[in-house]
Amino acid sequence: MNDAPAPDEQPDLDLEIDLLLEAIYRKYSYDFRRHARASIRRRVLAALASFHVDRVSLLQDRILRDAESFTALLRQLTVPVSDLFRDPSYFRALAQHVLPMLGTYASLKVWIAGCSTGEEVYSLAILLDEAGLLDRTLLYATDINPESLRAAEAGVYALERVPGFTRNYQQAGGQRSLADYYTAAYGGIALQRRLRARVTFSDHCLATDQVFAEVHLVSCRNVLIYFDRELQDRALGLFRDSLVPRGFLGLGSRETLRVSRHADAFEEVSREERIYRRVA
Amino acid sequence: MTTPIAALKAHDPRVLAIGASAGAVEALLDLLPGLPPGLPATVLVVVHVPRDRRSALPMLFAPRCVLPVLEAEDKIGADPGHVYFAPAGYHLLVERDGTLALSSDDLVNMSRPSIDVLFESVAYGFGPRTLGIVLSGANADGARGLACIRERGGLGWVQDPTTARVALMPEAAIAAAHPDAVLAPAAMADALAQWGAAA
Repeated sequence: MNDAPAPDEQPDLDLEIDLLLEAIYRKYSYDFRRHARASIRRRVLAALASFHVDRVSLLQDRILRDAESFTALLRQLTVPVSDLFRDPSYFRALAQHVLPMLGTYASLKVWIAGCSTGEEVYSLAILLDEAGLLDRTLLYATDINPESLRAAEAGVYALERVPGFTRNYQQAGGQRSLADYYTAAYGGIALQRRLRARVTFSDHCLATDQVFAEVHLVSCRNVLIYFDRELQDRALGLFRDSLVPRGFLGLGSRETLRVSRHADAFEEVSREERIYRRVA
Repeated sequence: MTTPIAALKAHDPRVLAIGASAGAVEALLDLLPGLPPGLPATVLVVVHVPRDRRSALPMLFAPRCVLPVLEAEDKIGADPGHVYFAPAGYHLLVERDGTLALSSDDLVNMSRPSIDVLFESVAYGFGPRTLGIVLSGANADGARGLACIRERGGLGWVQDPTTARVALMPEAAIAAAHPDAVLAPAAMADALAQWGAAA
């Protein structure tokens, strides 16, 4: 964002951002109005530089008139950052504390909320496979960004990311070779079709949509940090209402339920790995 | 040029945002333990640490400081007179109401947490009532952020490069941000202690 205008040239920056987010909501039905402001501000300032405009109001004008510009902005407002088996200790904790309990159900449903480009979806599918549970599991992978969903569904990743993926998989306690799960394709790797076959990818917005299924595990990592507390509460309420009694919730490694009004609806399973279980 | 203490009294900062990289621990050991009880500002610290490990810094500094030292958590209200370290692997930002926010956005200046990300959020959130401090380090992270703090009316201090284990980061901040003062960390602590005792 080195080309962004100096901040003192933006006296009404937050006001203009409010108006931009309102315009996006009214025109395109994407609701960023209750996203954490400090992060949205960074992303909007970065977008100004890439759109070569010096005011947020000009950016608003562009995206109202031109849907393709909005698609480009949406990409910048929902930057996907993930890896296969990101935070390996989270997946180790799931294998240790959660999968044995899930194994007692005849059929399983798992919701990956904010699945971005799919890395976490395939990580969970592999984990379930190695626990012998994949064949009776349906995974719901949801996101608000249609481009991310298409990438997630394709399950194709760049070759240069494979060494990091492999290291994470091993640290996560992977029992085989990660190469057993992908084939070389398009200058990258494609995750196996049998993993994808267990996943339903769909558009779902935690800010505006409702509960759509009853699930045994919700995994939603590093999504809530981009929401303000009110929107966090809405999302956590959706997770609680989606979970079967005693169902599990996994969050990002520095996300907490402590400040939520739904804190009492969950108990800690692994404090360090932010894995919780529905109690109420 | 006003003295550091006079500048602190004039600005009455609500947030002290500190950034450091290589040589951070030595510099912070000269600064953080000297901060007095009841300091009327929240202290937010970004140190470049490996992304895939828990940061050991809160545990290292807590027993050495008068002020409570914690690792920052998402959406926690930050209290004055407390020190919060950015967790490994996350950017640390602060909202206008003093709530801490984390982000897993891309690396900035090859770093996550990045000093620029913290400083820019503090500059937008607290304007003149900000003190940004750049300490020892081997890259230019923090220079742009400190300039942003200064542009929005906040105070900027930089560690005297001759006292830093690695001078590159303070030198970059001095060149980019024209700081209000260039001081040894112990001198920063002295000024903050005198201001904090009077406030």
